[in-house]
Amino acid sequence: MNLTLKIWRQKDSNAKGQMVDYKVTDISEHMSFLEMMDVLNEQLVNSGEEPVAFDHDCREGICGMCSMYINGEAHGPDRGITTCQLHMRMFKDGDTITIEPFRAAAFPVIKDLVVDRTSFERIQQAGGYISVNTSGNTQDANSIPISKHAADEAMDAATCIGCGACVATCKNSSAMLFVGAKVSQYALLPQGQVEAADRVQNMVAQMDLEGFGNCTNTGACEVECPKGISLDNIARMNRELMKATIK
Amino acid sequence: MTFVICLRLRPWLPLLKSKNNFKIMGGFFKSSIGRKVAMALSAFFLMFFLLQHLVINMLSVISPDAFNEVSHFMGTNPLVQFALQPVLIFAVVFHFVMGFVLELKNKKANGVSYAKNNGGANSTWMSRNMIYSGLVVLAFIVLHFIDFWIPEINTKYIVGDMTGLHNGEFRYYHELVEKFHSPLRVGAYVISFILLGLHLAHGFTSAFQSMGATAGRKKNLQLIGKAYSIIVPLGFIIIALFHHLTHNH
Repeated sequence: MNLTLKIWRQKDSNAKGQMVDYKVTDISEHMSFLEMMDVLNEQLVNSGEEPVAFDHDCREGICGMCSMYINGEAHGPDRGITTCQLHMRMFKDGDTITIEPFRAAAFPVIKDLVVDRTSFERIQQAGGYISVNTSGNTQDANSIPISKHAADEAMDAATCIGCGACVATCKNSSAMLFVGAKVSQYALLPQGQVEAADRVQNMVAQMDLEGFGNCTNTGACEVECPKGISLDNIARMNRELMKATIK
Repeated sequence: MTFVICLRLRPWLPLLKSKNNFKIMGGFFKSSIGRKVAMALSAFFLMFFLLQHLVINMLSVISPDAFNEVSHFMGTNPLVQFALQPVLIFAVVFHFVMGFVLELKNKKANGVSYAKNNGGANSTWMSRNMIYSGLVVLAFIVLHFIDFWIPEINTKYIVGDMTGLHNGEFRYYHELVEKFHSPLRVGAYVISFILLGLHLAHGFTSAFQSMGATAGRKKNLQLIGKAYSIIVPLGFIIIALFHHLTHNH
């Protein structure tokens, strides 16, 4: 298939970017979106132009590195996937595809489609951990009984890969689905109880400091989330914060 | 022993121990989530207010006498006038001021806007345009203040007429009917209440979700939200049309 691509090009974080049109031909419908980008870049390199910079790592849909806003949606039009798992069969011959970086004040563009998502790391560092002894005398995993229900929900929350699609999609650039998932995965387990109050308070404080917006419950984040993280996690984070404040 | 003495000599040590940025940044109601909760709490009060307002106004369709009686009670009862009314005014002002503050903050968090953004693919129009439906409702509230509240305060507290009488009869029903003579006002009224319905269609469940209720996503609460956001505005529209059509001579 032959396609027209409208891609955001930006030399570096200080440069003013713009949308640039490219044409690619003979794209197989079996290609992944990133493979299509590879074809474009090969074409650009051969003609002596600067290739389009984009993030990617595992190309198996689990690392959360690839980040593109494709035709107005994070990770493109398909559901429950990252950009590397988006296939060209989702598009038609002759289509024009708009490709932009994830947008948020807290996700500044580094180059072209690559954005800086270290704000997520700093939120995680503010409280997304438990303090346990890992010096060799760790407890047997089965010595603490955990209900199946809680274990499942904690696991669901823990599947968040921190890709930032929730922020990119949110009309308010809110990070609450990410923070909600990270708070929930510990809040649901007994090991997370000791630091529960400080955790939620410090992670929310860091989230606010980074300049993420406010959740207005549109639910767009859970629709676009490649891991299907539920809005219930935001509600749980709100409850945890209220609990920590009353305490 | 020396360790304990060292601790006592340094009174700031406990501060370091409880390293909590949340409290340093101003605590719950300064935080993004605290503000969501405050929005939801004011919304709950406003939604309760709307419901009782509808029930009272409905009386004007069923029985003018009953409407007059209840209106007089609400207009002169000290608990309603000096306890509930200030809370209502505070809730209205707070809800829209905080709505604006959050909207501006969220716009700032966006950074550069997308060249192409397909919001309809993942969310409802209502949820994305709360600020606009809210602005229409706000414009209506301004009209309602000029139409109803200011004259009412003037008659009762400035002129000092607490009798509620006009030519020996209760004035409330007559005043209400008079308001719906103009087709322009009825039109503005209908449009405002349609927008209110759209605001509530998202707002009702959203408020519960903000308060931490996952039930906001369960079928029952969504059903109640849908019913509320249709029945309440529709009720007000029916009242307006009823009086416009039956008294418009």
